[in-house]
Amino acid sequence: MAERSSGIRFDRVSVAYGGGGARTVALDSLDLTVEPGEVMALLGPSGSGKTTALRAVAGFVRPTSGRVLIGERDVTDLPPHKRGIGMVVQQYALFPHMRVEDNVAFGMKAQKVPKGEIPGRVAEALELTGMAAYAKRYPRELSGGQQQRVAIARALAIRPGVLLLDEPLSALDAQLRSGMLAELARLHRELPDVSILYVTHDQVEALTLADRITVMDRARLQDVGTPQDLYRRPRTEFTASFVGNANLLPVTVGSGEKGTVSFGQAELKVPTQDVAAGATATLCVRPHLVGLGDGPNSLTGEVAEVQWRGSTHRLFVDVDGHRVKADLRELREPPALGERVTVHFAPEDAVLLAAGVAEDG
Amino acid sequence: MLVHSKTGRWATWGVFFVLFLPLFALPLLVILAASFTTNWSGALPSGFTGAHYTAATSGDSLSALTTSLVTAVTASALALVVGGWAALAAASLKKTGRRLMDALFVLPVAVPSVVVGLAVLVAFSKPPMLLNGTRWIVIIAHTILVTAFAYQSVSAAIVRLDPAYEQAAASLGARPSYVLWMVKLPLLLPSLNAAAGLCFALSMGELSATMMLYPPDWMPLPVQIYAITDRGSLFTGSAIAVVLMAATLLVLLAVSRVRTKASYR
Repeated sequence: MAERSSGIRFDRVSVAYGGGGARTVALDSLDLTVEPGEVMALLGPSGSGKTTALRAVAGFVRPTSGRVLIGERDVTDLPPHKRGIGMVVQQYALFPHMRVEDNVAFGMKAQKVPKGEIPGRVAEALELTGMAAYAKRYPRELSGGQQQRVAIARALAIRPGVLLLDEPLSALDAQLRSGMLAELARLHRELPDVSILYVTHDQVEALTLADRITVMDRARLQDVGTPQDLYRRPRTEFTASFVGNANLLPVTVGSGEKGTVSFGQAELKVPTQDVAAGATATLCVRPHLVGLGDGPNSLTGEVAEVQWRGSTHRLFVDVDGHRVKADLRELREPPALGERVTVHFAPEDAVLLAAGVAEDG
Repeated sequence: MLVHSKTGRWATWGVFFVLFLPLFALPLLVILAASFTTNWSGALPSGFTGAHYTAATSGDSLSALTTSLVTAVTASALALVVGGWAALAAASLKKTGRRLMDALFVLPVAVPSVVVGLAVLVAFSKPPMLLNGTRWIVIIAHTILVTAFAYQSVSAAIVRLDPAYEQAAASLGARPSYVLWMVKLPLLLPSLNAAAGLCFALSMGELSATMMLYPPDWMPLPVQIYAITDRGSLFTGSAIAVVLMAATLLVLLAVSRVRTKASYR
């Protein structure tokens, strides 16, 4: 449906509010390129600057410095209506006084698309989002999920090269959300030329949908990479803990054999990394890669808590004052609280993070 | 109801009626009774007649009713355009500018209406702005007085309007003027409507500024009531007052019907 395929480029974009002593930096020199046709998730907690970045692309906040490019065009000084973007926000913002079909036709009418063309394109957009049967309804007569589909149809009907999604699923309940996630993935397969900037605080949404994820925290970019990359080989403690769950253990790099670190009394084998001998570092292990019993990297401790989660048990084991989480396939006889158990993980499943990386971004 | 015990509830209703009836309802009922009576010398009126209504709906009184309706409709329409426009403009101003506009538009309410009337009289009594002696000086005074209310209710509605609508429209490629006509004004319609009703009612009842300004051929109904009761025709004055009340309420009712149609949520 997209007429032109265009990427997005942030060129050292900063946004600050207020002046003098009360100055707040909402976005700190963001450098980022979204390739044409790519789904880029901006992932971070609230206040991380992700929504500010999206609004800078939409034109609702003005960068204090830096430039925003859509395709080859510098849009930094353009008003929102001249940017050729589609946008879907958390509360949908469907026009309550218009029927679904008029909502979808709105952008085309505003842009003076030839009258004869509009009904066909409205039908096409509603078909694409599975809302064709609801064309004559008013937004108030639709459920949240349906309203969201209409909002997406409305944004796609103007055939934008760039689609901005600002927490589009966070107002939906969990079940509906996973359905809409699949829908969005299908939509993108059908419209492979549309670049999508997807702002979310939900790592599952980001991991499921995105080609690449930008992790943001405290107004700054922390990490960029493919979902697999960020999940398996996080570069910072923040990424490790925000993208998926992680055990973060403080370790000291051994001076002898390469690829060993010490954690309390235990000697652990890890993939070799460029961390100087004797330095402190953080060892990251995903809970589901931790197994019960003896193995290559064994840790023994006391069971502090056992959570039954249906198909899995989560064990919290206190090892030398540090709590290690292990997600295990449902156990027939889970250990009792206070029992001493041994857990282990494979050396290749661990990632060594140089200390201080998280602080410097 | 926040009062739960039965006696408490009865007591509340009792206090309500003791306060409400003498203050609000009884005077209106007295006017209604007076408008039908031939003689009221004792505690209760005596003699029933419809003659006062014949007088109240013919001749000078009828033309005064027309004058009032035309004045109120024109002034409300002007006030809605000016006040609504100003409110929309003020919303896009920075803090200081908006405060200045708020202060400016609250002025006609804060200043006694006699003063507003006098100001209009002085301002428009000399060429090139010679409107004294025409109906326009009354309409202008009414417009100034009611614009304040139009401005206030529309700007309150703008504050409540979710900016997401405007932003969604802009992201879809709509120019600001298109957003205003197709999104903002339709969403503000219920408040514009309420503002229109308020302006109309206020203008229908305006007396003090009008007294200083009205030309002989443009005498609104409140002035007529005042003049007639001043001459001692208390019962005819009451009948005209009932006509004024009824006309105002009818228009407000019609306006509120439109409002229910225009509200979306």
